[in-house]
Amino acid sequence: MGKYIGESVLRKEDPRLVTGEAKYLEDIQLSGMVHAVVKRSDYAHAKIKNIDTSEAEKVPGVIGVWTGKDFEDVNPMPCAWQAGGVDNNANTPRVLEIDKVTFTGQGVAVVVAEDRNIAEDASSKIVVDYEELPTVVSAEEAIKPGAPQLHENAPNNICMEWECGNQEGTEKALGEADVVVKEQLVNQRLIPSSMEPRGAIADYQPATEEFTVWMTSQAPHVHRLLATAFVFGIPETKMRVIAAHVGGGFGCKIFLYPEYCLVAALARKIERPVKWMETRSENFASTTHGRDHVTQIEVGAKNDGTINSLKVTTVANLGGTLSTIAPGIPTTLYGRLLSGTYKFPNIYCGVKGVYTNTGMVDAYRGAGRPEATYVVERALDLVANKLGMDVLDVRRKNFIQTNQFPYLPADGITKGLTYDSGDYEKPLNKALQMFNYGNFREEQKRARDEGKYLGVGFSTYIEACGVAPSAWIGVGGEGWGAGLWESANIRVHLTGKVVVTTGSSPHGQGTETTMAQIAADELGIPYEDVEVKYNDTLGTPFGYGTYGSRSAAVGGAALFNAVQKVKQKAVRIGAHMLEASPDDVVFEDGKVSVKGSPDQAKTIQEIAGAAALGYSLPEGDEPFLDETAYFDPPNTTWPFGTHICVVEVEKDTGSVMVKKYLAVDDVGNVVNPMIVDGQIHGGIAQGVAQALWESGEYNESGQLVSGSMMDYAIPRTDCLPSFELDRTVTPSPTNPLGVKGVGETGTIASTPAVVNAVMDALSPFGVTHLDMPLTSQKIWNAIQS
Amino acid sequence: MKVSMRVNGVDHEHDVEPRTLLVQHLRENLRLTGTHVGCDTSQCGACTIHVNGEAVKACTMFAIQADGAEITTIEGLATNGELHPMQKAFWENHGLQCGYCTPGMIMASVDMLKNNPNPTEEEIRHGLEGNFCRCTGYHNIVKSVKAAAESMQGGA
Repeated sequence: MGKYIGESVLRKEDPRLVTGEAKYLEDIQLSGMVHAVVKRSDYAHAKIKNIDTSEAEKVPGVIGVWTGKDFEDVNPMPCAWQAGGVDNNANTPRVLEIDKVTFTGQGVAVVVAEDRNIAEDASSKIVVDYEELPTVVSAEEAIKPGAPQLHENAPNNICMEWECGNQEGTEKALGEADVVVKEQLVNQRLIPSSMEPRGAIADYQPATEEFTVWMTSQAPHVHRLLATAFVFGIPETKMRVIAAHVGGGFGCKIFLYPEYCLVAALARKIERPVKWMETRSENFASTTHGRDHVTQIEVGAKNDGTINSLKVTTVANLGGTLSTIAPGIPTTLYGRLLSGTYKFPNIYCGVKGVYTNTGMVDAYRGAGRPEATYVVERALDLVANKLGMDVLDVRRKNFIQTNQFPYLPADGITKGLTYDSGDYEKPLNKALQMFNYGNFREEQKRARDEGKYLGVGFSTYIEACGVAPSAWIGVGGEGWGAGLWESANIRVHLTGKVVVTTGSSPHGQGTETTMAQIAADELGIPYEDVEVKYNDTLGTPFGYGTYGSRSAAVGGAALFNAVQKVKQKAVRIGAHMLEASPDDVVFEDGKVSVKGSPDQAKTIQEIAGAAALGYSLPEGDEPFLDETAYFDPPNTTWPFGTHICVVEVEKDTGSVMVKKYLAVDDVGNVVNPMIVDGQIHGGIAQGVAQALWESGEYNESGQLVSGSMMDYAIPRTDCLPSFELDRTVTPSPTNPLGVKGVGETGTIASTPAVVNAVMDALSPFGVTHLDMPLTSQKIWNAIQS
Repeated sequence: MKVSMRVNGVDHEHDVEPRTLLVQHLRENLRLTGTHVGCDTSQCGACTIHVNGEAVKACTMFAIQADGAEITTIEGLATNGELHPMQKAFWENHGLQCGYCTPGMIMASVDMLKNNPNPTEEEIRHGLEGNFCRCTGYHNIVKSVKAAAESMQGGA
C-alpha cells in the first residue's frame, strides 16, 4: 500500500515509557491536592445501621469524613447496556452505599486527608454497624427458591432473561440426532488485573462550576457523558475528562466506577483537588471481574460427525450490583457467537443474568466471546470423542465453506449480521504445515508407553470485533444505550506537520503508532511529521473509546476517511495553485500534480501553507486542511484462525506443562505486524491462564479468597513458552483499510485449545471433561479416580 | 527520621516517617515517578530498582533502611541522553505495551545480565519470574533481554 502500512514501525509511545518519563494517573500531583481513602464493606450482604466517623475525624491532618447520606443528591451509576429487558431492576452502585451492601468491598464512607497515610489511619477508625444478612455467591444457588434475596425489584435474584435462536427447532433436531452429547461447562470468574490499578483525580472550579477529572479510563468521552448527564445532572460541557497514561485495562477500565464520581463530588464539596488511587487489594475486591458462567450444553450429531443442533443454557453471575455494560456481555457478545466457524443448522441459547453477593462482573478481554468459543470448541471435541472420530475431521465436516460467504448463521442468532468473509481451512492448513499432526499422534503413543502423557488441542475459532453498527447494537436493537461509531480529526498545520486526534483511547495497544502509519501513508508525509493525540475530552472529537478490538477497524477507518477529505481539499487548492482544473490533477506520494506532467506539482506541505495563509483559495473553500470524520461500521469484523496447543501432563502430580503453542490468525490486513503479534501474544497468555491457573473464588460468606497477587494466579514468565505465530490475510470488506481487530483474538481462541489439549492427554484415563482452571489437584484427583 | 541516599548520582536528604516505604519515598519525596507500584504484596516487581548495585523491589524496604545507599532508578539508567542497551532492546523488540511493568522489568533484566551475561531462554524466564507483565505474554520481553545480552556483549 504505502511506505508505512504493513511495516513493523517502532512505537512512538516507547521512548517515554522505557525511561520512566510517562505520567500515569498516580504520578500526577496538583497544587493543594488532598487524598481520599474509601472505607469498604467487610460483609458481602448487610444493612448499614449506623456509621460512626467521630474518631476518624479527630485524626490530625484529616479534612473530612463522609458517608453515603452526604451524597444523596448524587445519582447512582447508570447501566448503559440494558440488554435482555433490564429496565426496572438495574441495581447499580452509588458513590457510597447508603442503606445496604451486596458485596464485600463496596464503598460505605470516605476520608479525605492531607496525605494518604493519614487517610488510611483515619479510615481504620470508622466504625460501621452492620446487620448481617444471609449470603449467596453462586448464581445457580441464587435462583433457587429460598435463596437470600439481594434486591426487592429482582425476584429470585434474576436481573434479566435473554434468548436467541430457535428453541423448538433445536429440540426437534436434538431428537433426530444419532448421538447427543450433554455436558456442564463452567467458565470461571476471572479478575482482569491490569498492572496499573484504578484511580481518579478531580479538580473543581467554583466560579465556572467546571470539573477536570483524570480517570484510569478506556473511554473518557463515555465516562464524561455518563458522569455528567446521569450521575451529576450537569451539562457535559462542565466536565473535562482526561485519561493519563493508562497502564492496561483489558476491559476493566471501560466502566464508570463510583469512586470516579466520588472524587468529583468531594472536589466540589471541599474545593480542593482530590486524588484517589486504589491498592491492589481494593482492585481485586472492587474493580470488575469477568466471565462466571455455568452452562449446560446439548449437542446433536449424525454418525458421520455432522452437527445438527446446539442447545445452550447459561446462568451468568453479574455480581451484587450492575456494572456499566454488564447485561450486554453474556447476551449479545455471547449468544450471537455460538455458531463459531460451523454451519450448525439449529441453535438455541437461553441466558439468565443473576445477582449474587460477589463483585461486579462485566467485560474482560474478549467479553462473552471467549465464553461462546469455549462452548463451541469444547462441543466439537466432545462430539468427536463420542463418535470416536478425529477432532479435525469433525471440524472440517462442519466448517462453513468458502462459497457460503457472506454467511448468515442459522436461526437468526446474529440478529442479521453476516459473516462477511472467511476461509476456515486456510489457517488450519497453514497451522498443520507448522505442526506435523501425524507425527505427533505417533509420538503421543510412544510417550504413553513410557508413562508420559502428551495431548494436543485445537481451536478453529471465529470472533466478532470492531464493534459495532450503531443502529444494530443501539437502543432499538441490542440495547446498548448509545452509538458505536468512532471519530478522527486531522489538523494540518501551516508547515505541513499533522496532528491527528482520535476518539479511540489506547492504553497499551500502540494506536499512536498505528494511526500515524495510516495518516503518513495516505498523506505521503514522513511518519515523524504526524503526532497522534487522544485520551482527553478537550481537544479530541467525541468517541467511544478502546475496547471490543475496535481501534483500527473503526477508529482507524474514521482516520482513513478524514484523510480522504483532506486529500480532496488539497486537490482543489493544489489545482488552484497550479492553475489547473481539479479534474486534471492527481494526488500521489504527497503531491498534487497535473496529470501527465509530474513536474508541475505542489507538495502537501506547500498546499498546507497556502491553505493556512488563505491569500488565494478556490472559490468557496475556507482556510486550512483540517477535517473530521466519523465512521459507523456496516458490520462487525470476523477474525478467525487456528490455535494449536501441546501439553504434557505429569501423571504423578497432575501438573500441566505447555510444551508448544502455535497460532495462525486471520485478522485481515495488518497495519503493523510487530504490534499485531504482540497483541496475540498477550491475548494467548491470558487465555492460557484461564485454562490452567486463574480463578476468582469467593467463600460461602462472600469473602474473596483469591484477593491478592499471592492468591490469584497471574502467569509468571516461567509459566509460559514462547509462541509460534503466523497469519493468513483475508481483508475485511467492511472498512476501507480491510483490517479486522486483534486485541482479543488470542484470549478468545486459546482457552479451549489448552483445555482440549489437556483432555486429549487425559484420554487414556477415561477423563472427557474437567472444569477450569485445570489445576494439578483437579487433574491428579481425576487420574486417581 | 533523617534519611540520606544517593539517587541516580545525586545526594538527597529528607525527613521521613519511619513507616515510609522506599518506593513511596522515591515517588513522593524525590518525585521519581518512573518506579511504579502494582501491588501491595511484593509480587509484581513493578517497583524494582537497584540498591547498591542489586535489584530490589522498592516496596520491600523502608526508606530508612536505605540510609546511605547508592540507588539507581529507571530515570538514572540512560546516560547522557543515550538509552541503556536494555531500554533500547525493549523498544526495538516490542517488549512493552502499556509500559506500567516496564521500568521494573528493565531494572530486573539489567541486574540479571550483570550476574549472567549470556542467559538461555529458560534462565531469562526463571530470572524474571518476580516481575509480572499482563500485556505481552512475556514473549517479547524474553526476546528483548536476549537481544540486549547480545548487544551488550558485542558492544562491551
